Amino acid sequence: MKEFLSRLLVRPQTLIGLAVFAAIVVVALGAPLLFPKGPFTIVGMPLLAPGSPGLPAGSDVLGRSMLVGLAYGARVSLLVGISSTCCAVGIGVLLGAVAGYYGGVVDDLLMRFTEFFQIIPAFVLLMVLVAFLQPSLFSTVIGIALITWPQVARVARGEFLVLRSREFVQAAQLLGESDLHIIFRQILPNALPPIVVVGSMMVGSAILTESALAFLGLGDPGLMSWGSMIGASRSAMWVAWWTTVLPGLAIMVTVLALNFIGDGLNEALGPRGRQ
Amino acid sequence: MNALVRIEGLNVALPQGGDRTLAVADVNLDIGPSEIVCIVGESGSGKSVTAHAVMGLLPRALKTVSGRILFEGRDLLTQSAEDWRRTRGARIAMVFQDPMAALNPVMAIGRQITEQIRAHRAVGEAAAMNEAAVLVARMGLEPGLLHAYPHQLSGGQRQRVMIAMALSLSPRLLIADEPTTALDVTTQAQILELIRNAQRERQMSVLFITHDFGVVSDLADRVAVMREGRIVESGTTREVLDRPQAGYTRALIAAVPRLSGSPAPLAREKPLLEVAGLSKRYRGSGGFLGLWYSRREHLALDRVSLTLQRGETLGVVGESGSGKSTLARCIIRLADPDAGEVLFDGADLAGMGRRELRAQRRRIQMVFQDPFSSLNPRHTVGEIVTAGPRAHGEGTKISLARAVEMLKLVGLEEAVLSRYPHEFSGGQRQRIGLARALMLKPDVLIADEPVSALDVTVQAQVLELLDKVRRQMNLAMLFITHDMRVAARICHRVMVMRHGQVVEEGPTGALFAAPKSEYTGRLLAAIPGRQRLEA
Repeated sequence: MKEFLSRLLVRPQTLIGLAVFAAIVVVALGAPLLFPKGPFTIVGMPLLAPGSPGLPAGSDVLGRSMLVGLAYGARVSLLVGISSTCCAVGIGVLLGAVAGYYGGVVDDLLMRFTEFFQIIPAFVLLMVLVAFLQPSLFSTVIGIALITWPQVARVARGEFLVLRSREFVQAAQLLGESDLHIIFRQILPNALPPIVVVGSMMVGSAILTESALAFLGLGDPGLMSWGSMIGASRSAMWVAWWTTVLPGLAIMVTVLALNFIGDGLNEALGPRGRQ
Repeated sequence: MNALVRIEGLNVALPQGGDRTLAVADVNLDIGPSEIVCIVGESGSGKSVTAHAVMGLLPRALKTVSGRILFEGRDLLTQSAEDWRRTRGARIAMVFQDPMAALNPVMAIGRQITEQIRAHRAVGEAAAMNEAAVLVARMGLEPGLLHAYPHQLSGGQRQRVMIAMALSLSPRLLIADEPTTALDVTTQAQILELIRNAQRERQMSVLFITHDFGVVSDLADRVAVMREGRIVESGTTREVLDRPQAGYTRALIAAVPRLSGSPAPLAREKPLLEVAGLSKRYRGSGGFLGLWYSRREHLALDRVSLTLQRGETLGVVGESGSGKSTLARCIIRLADPDAGEVLFDGADLAGMGRRELRAQRRRIQMVFQDPFSSLNPRHTVGEIVTAGPRAHGEGTKISLARAVEMLKLVGLEEAVLSRYPHEFSGGQRQRIGLARALMLKPDVLIADEPVSALDVTVQAQVLELLDKVRRQMNLAMLFITHDMRVAARICHRVMVMRHGQVVEEGPTGALFAAPKSEYTGRLLAAIPGRQRLEA
């Protein structure tokens, strides 16, 4: 573990990524304490420039504080990013592991099923799903998980396919260990590194996808998200740049930080890092 | 005598944090014109590093600290990159252990040879191709092979191509780094013959790296024994083999198993394991849900029968692809046989359902070939060794107590329980793998090439351990190996396999002394260093 941390922390990008991500997490968690009135309260005239009294990041088209919106938006982005990725990794690992471990017809069936999801235009499927389930935080998370799990399943299947022919797996079979035990206790720990890397990258892309949904008005109407902020302000884009640029920057910085972390994990956990 | 190569006081540093500071320490070695010099040593002895230093191919992490390598009077270590380019290939050529990795997989063999020729000499493609054809014919290969791709050739053919490439520019020095280690014994004999002939014809010098004293005795004019980066002894092959001075050399030579003196066959008893007419066919399948089968079929096991009784070791020997590993996998049902019976204590394992099999299988355990992939890198030794009993419902505490005893039996201390496999050497890992198998108190132990990946001295220790365990636990052991000498050391009876069939079977001593089949005779004759080392 110590070894792993020292390998992870050698790259400056990884450190920057981790620091930025930690700061965003702190803001997201602290938003209700810092701004107890919530993001939808009107606090002044609309479209006040950043730096106006009491409005360090200006106000939006309805006179709500941009700063409060950004802080609350971080909550939605992180929540959606992390929980949809967890769901996707859960589904993907399960199906990928079963396909890779059993092989043969099971593998064929599961992989055709996976391809079925991969050949449908993902975002269209997502919009249909969210519209069908009514836009909400729950439907957004489920929708994103449903369109992203195939990547995890592919990676997990590949790893399991390689690892199941290792001699230690055969030894476990001979010792009489159950398939469940072999899949989760013998193989999964060895298959985790690439899955962790894919997962860390997926959080970033899930945040982007959520923003796109919210921009189109398919986000949870009761929550302020970075995407919905851009969507609501797009008519004022030419007169009040901060209404769209600031949430856009927030999205970019968060995704960039996550990608830095993902790259760092890839280096530290990848075959080159390991040996 | 004017040496072609003179290595003087060579020191090569290892990166920090290794088990020693120098990969190669104070090595002095001369290679005369048209002389074959062997460097012999175990893994990590620095023999490959020395060879790579002469070729100017040291990995970046290794730095030459001091010393000179004079080749035809010029110091190779101080020459420019441009000079190196002219030396490598043209003056000094190299053959590697793994020809598949050394050949370009997407380029036809012929092109790879002509490319090398044309990189150094101003000749046209057609002329170069003619030269390549001559070379390839010299290596005993069909001319049609020039249009083939590396994956279409066998390991032996690929190594011949590598030698042809190495000889294409008539180098003065050929460096061969374990070129026959991955090959079958008969192929190895052919390749050694080829190298010897080429050396004689061209009057070139050869630096040959090997771990096998048999190869040394067949090939070398002079030999240097390396250990932990130093040359512990050097001299003419006869001197070193007949009157070794250093204790280490003596230990190495003594550790080479002999063909004679194998254990006498046991008195016939009721067999514990009886295999009858076991067959296994592999077919390539493809297409949607495997519905379209391609026609390629391969009979890996063809009506194999054998018997094995308590306390007995039956050796299964054969070259790669002979079906010996498939036999083991079919007996233990890691693969499902297509036909035949595996009667174990009266019950047929071959036709058993999953649940029944699980109960029976704990009585047949296996030791694997690869000490690195046979232990889960994420589990501690304690978890690994107790996995079997725990899977069968034994409490963790009891199994841990038994694990300590079992580890003691295989020569490891209690302290290893909390450590991870990567902290152990190959030989220690094989001991852990053996302890894991023995924890279920099996009646039959199947050992699939358990010592092939080990150095010769470690090999001897592990063989001894296997034999001790067999005696103590009255195990029936099926011992699979490609190495006849290893088989001779511990097997009561031997079965020779080829193309999935049993060629012959009998008591080890009698069978090796007077083989009935011509194939067994060929296998025995191909063992390197047989005459000198058996004396």
